[in-house]
Formats: sequence, structure tokens, C-alpha cells
Amino acid sequence: MEVSIELMIRALWETLYMVSISLFFGGVLGIFLGILLVVTRKGHILENKVIFSIVNPIVNIFRSIPFIILLVAIIPLTRLIVGTSIGTTAAIVPLVLHVGPYFSRLVENSLLEVDDGIIEAAQAMGAGPFQIIFRFLFPEALASLILSVTTATIGLIGATAMAGAIGGGGLGDVAITYGYQRFSTITIFITVVILVALVQVIQSLGNIFERRIRRV
Amino acid sequence: MIEFRNVSKVFKTGDKQIDALKDIDITVEKGDIFGVIGFSGAGKSTLIRTVNLLEKPSSGEVLIEGKNYTTIPEKKLREAKRNIGMIFQHFNLLNSKTVYDNVAMPLILAKMKKSDIHTRVKEILQFVGLSDKADNYPNELSGGQKQRVGIARALAPNPSILLCDEATSALDPQTTKSILELLKRVNQEYKITILIITHEMEVIKQVCNRVAVMEDGQLIESGSVFDIFAHPRTVTTRNFVRSVVRDEVPESVINLINLDRESSRIYKVEFFGTDSGQPVVSKTAKRFNVEINVLFGNITELQGIPFGNLIIQVIGAHREVEDAIQYIIEQNVEVKEVEADGSQHRVNDQSFVGNIVHG
Ligand SMILES: Nc1ncnc2c1ncn2[C@@H]1O[C@H](COP(=O)(O)OP(=O)(O)OP(=O)(O)O)[C@@H](O)[C@H]1O
Ligand SMILES: [Mg+2]
Repeated sequence: MEVSIELMIRALWETLYMVSISLFFGGVLGIFLGILLVVTRKGHILENKVIFSIVNPIVNIFRSIPFIILLVAIIPLTRLIVGTSIGTTAAIVPLVLHVGPYFSRLVENSLLEVDDGIIEAAQAMGAGPFQIIFRFLFPEALASLILSVTTATIGLIGATAMAGAIGGGGLGDVAITYGYQRFSTITIFITVVILVALVQVIQSLGNIFERRIRRV
Repeated sequence: MIEFRNVSKVFKTGDKQIDALKDIDITVEKGDIFGVIGFSGAGKSTLIRTVNLLEKPSSGEVLIEGKNYTTIPEKKLREAKRNIGMIFQHFNLLNSKTVYDNVAMPLILAKMKKSDIHTRVKEILQFVGLSDKADNYPNELSGGQKQRVGIARALAPNPSILLCDEATSALDPQTTKSILELLKRVNQEYKITILIITHEMEVIKQVCNRVAVMEDGQLIESGSVFDIFAHPRTVTTRNFVRSVVRDEVPESVINLINLDRESSRIYKVEFFGTDSGQPVVSKTAKRFNVEINVLFGNITELQGIPFGNLIIQVIGAHREVEDAIQYIIEQNVEVKEVEADGSQHRVNDQSFVGNIVHG
């Protein structure tokens, strides 16, 4: 049995929906955790052993749980937040908890790449911690952060494919139900092509923005 | 202006303990261009960083215009830092921002009005000679231009102190010179007290009026640049002075020293601030029946005063040569006789009498 074009479009839409919403919330979470991981570390502007030694292992724990397990493990939490544990919207909760910690490590790396001299200059001119983070660290790390967002987005696309397990829909769901379970090679082929194209487009956009910001 | 009082700094890394500063006492007066020189690891950066509290002293205090900033609240401290500009060896500019935005940054942090920021940035870019680079990014500039941006950024909030940590160490000699000239102008036109950290005596020679020499976290010598150059008391300082004013006798001169000391002798004549070497030499040649050849000269200028040495060969009858040298010594000039092994010994009045007696 072949899939209709409408079905494909709907699946693509569901994928984009899940990716963009969870990218937004996961991005906010990731940036927040990423900043904490950077500024509370030893020798940094808001060194704080307690916060760092709480955030750091939590991020590691989430990073080490395979998404498919996280998806199932947090069903009660998902129900608490969105009222249901199945469907596209329900998939967003685990997606956010998956991508947030992942993204926080990328943000951490990007911010740590900024030369210490910049922070020193900022402190010398009397900048406070917030000013240092948002007026010095982020602008300097922007190009690198764009690449981090790109990587996180592509990671999310992969994760949404598993959202089918809780009825999340999307391209991955179509590929599994129609392609794998009903032996439709053409469906698998089409979804793979769409996913590859999607990843290519996102990566290219990321690279274009990154180069523009780096002015190379 | 800036007073270091018994400042010590101890770094503890693991079980190791580093005494980066040991009981430093220095007073930098208003209007000084004060240089601190020392080898790598001497503690210079640590010292300068205690001024704007990038580093807190472990003991002792640093007073800025009589105030100790370690005791004031964080917020007040940030405001106070606007009174202290700083420039760095590697410039530390924001690569993501234009020259204009870099210079505007401290003013933005101070929440200055946009129109006022504009006026101030234009004015200060004009001063450092970068008006035409306002819209360029740092990676489009040469090292010297980047340091000018650094200086403009430091000057933007109108500080009364400028700290320079190895500000010219990444630059070639020509560019170093132009940056030092700019610092001189900063000192003169804006009446800003400047504290310079360097490992190059050339920098001290070119701009500073006072200097402190550091070694292993200690202050080993300090005083006016002229005094330190003229009378270095420690080996370290002497070596730093030698890096700018060579005072060893060149090989070629040593080879000239013949055994016929009756008719020709070689002296090193040292000038510290006497009008100039030349008049003394020519006056002596005229007054006595001797011929004087300048074999080697190393005269430089310290704050407009000639400074250095001449190696001269004095040819003539023994008695006449000794009288000539005596005359030179009377002109308040230090004279050393150069021996065949390259060593030099001071010819002062007493030993001279001895010589005469023996001769
Ligand atoms: N944050 C720090 N933690 C531990 N040790 C430090 C720290 N900063 C400086 N030191 C040590 O203190 C000593 C003095 O360092 P400092 O940077 O002040 O030297 P410096 O004279 O500026 O040298 P350079 O010419 O290489 O810049 C060195 O032994 C250095 O290793
Ligand atoms: Mg240093």
C-alpha cells in the first residue's frame, strides 16, 4: 500500500512542529543550563561549587539516557504537563528534556571557546556578570552557537522519528508504520529522501549564517 | 595616585604555593608614566591586576587616590573601575563588534546616552587616529591599529589612570614606537597617570619617567629612569640597562689596545646627563697636547638628556694624557680605563694620584 501525498505533507508538518517547538523550549533550557555550567565552574565569573556539582551530573544523566527510554520513562511527567501522554504535543515534553541538556553541552563549549582575555577586558571596564554574559560572551560566541543550534536541530529531527512510539506522528512514524510494518519500500525511500533534504537544508542554512557572522 | 603598601599575593594551586608578590611598596605619583620591568614570571601582571582588583592582594593594600577599593561594595567598585582604563598585550577586543562598538562598549555599560556616546567615540577615535576605521572589524586591522582601538576603548570613559600590561609586546619595534608616542600624548594631553608593565627596557627608556624593577615577586630597585639607568645597583637591573645602552667594550676596540701604553691609552667616558660627550672631548683635545680618537660611542637620550658612553683613544705623552684625563674627570664625567683583557677600572682622583706617583 502506498502513502498519499497529503499524508506525507501532514507527516512533514508534524515533524517540523515537534522540532520547532521543542527546539524553542529545549533551546531556552539548554542556554540556561549552558550558562550555569560555564559561569559557576572553578575560576569563572560566578564560581559556585554547589550549583555546578548539581547541574553537571543532572545534564550527564539526561545525556546518557537513550531517547526511546526517556520517552517512556517520563510518561507521568508528560501527562502532568500536557494532560495526555500520547500524540504529537505529548512528544514535545521528552523531546525538550532530551535536547535541552544536549544543547547545554554545546552552549557550554561555545562559550568556553571565547578567549579569557575578553572576560578580563570586560571585568576591567567594570561589567557585571549579566553584562559579561550577554554583552561579551554571547556576541563573541554567536557564530559557534549558530552551529550548535544547527547540530541540536538535526539531532532533534532524528529524535522525532522515535516519537512515533507514543503516537507522535511525523516522518519517522510514517516510515515505520507504512514502510517497515507494511513493507512499502517506496515509502521508506521517500521519507528518507525528505529527511536527508531537511537535514541538508538546515545544515546549509546554519553554515551560511555562521559564515556571515564570522565574516569570512 | 596609586600606592602599593606591603602588597603580597599568594597563589595556591593544589598543595603548591606561589608567592607572586612579596611585600611590594611602590608609589606612583599623579602624572607619572611609571614602568615596571622584570623577567617572565616576576609578578608584573599580578601587580598591575591588583590595581583594578582583577586580583585581590593576599595582604597589604592598594590605594587609588587614597582609597582602598577592596572594602567597597561590588557595585560601587564597578563604577570606580571606569576611572581606571586598561590595555592588554593581545588587545582583547570583541571580534564580533566594529571598532566603533568596541570603543562604545564601556560607555554602554555605564548607561550613557546614545548621542553622548556617539560624540565621545568620534572624539576619541579622532585622537587615536582611527576615524576612518570606525566601521571596520578588529580582524581587518593591523596589530598597531588594534592597540589603538584598545587605547581608545580604555580612554572612552575618561579615566585618570591607564594600565598597560605588555601593551607593545606583540608589536614590531616601529609600531611599538608609535604606540608609545600615543601613550605619551595620552599622558600629556589628557593628564592621565600611566602604569606600564614590560619586559623590554626599550619601552621604559622611550616613555617612562620612573621605573621599578621586579624579580621573583620582589621589588629590587626603583627610582627615576635616569638614576636607574645611570646607577643600576643590581645585576638584573644592570642587564636590563645593557639591553638598551651597551656598555661592554667591543672586540674591535680591545684588539686596538697595544702594549705601548706610554703613547696611547684607551678610556671609556660615561655621560649621565652632562651636556653632551662631544664638547668635553673636543675641549680636552684643544687644551692639552693630545690626540683623541672616538673608537666607539653609545649615546642615547633619556627624557631629552644625553646618556651613554664614548670609548676614546688618547694619544700623547704620558704626562699629557694623564692631565687630559684628570681634566675630563673634573667635568663631572666618569672615566674608566680599558685594559687589554676588556676589563675596565674606574679612574678616580685617588688612583690617578697613585698613577702619577708611580709614573
Ligand atoms: N591565577 C594564578 N594561579 C596560580 N599562579 C599564578 C596565577 N597567576 C599568576 N601565577 C603565578 O604567579 C607568578 C607571577 O605571574 P605573573 O603573570 O604576574 O608574571 P609576569 O611577570 O606578568 O610574567 P610574564 O612576563 O610572563 O607575563 C608566576 O609564577 C605565575 O605562574
Ligand atoms: Mg604578565
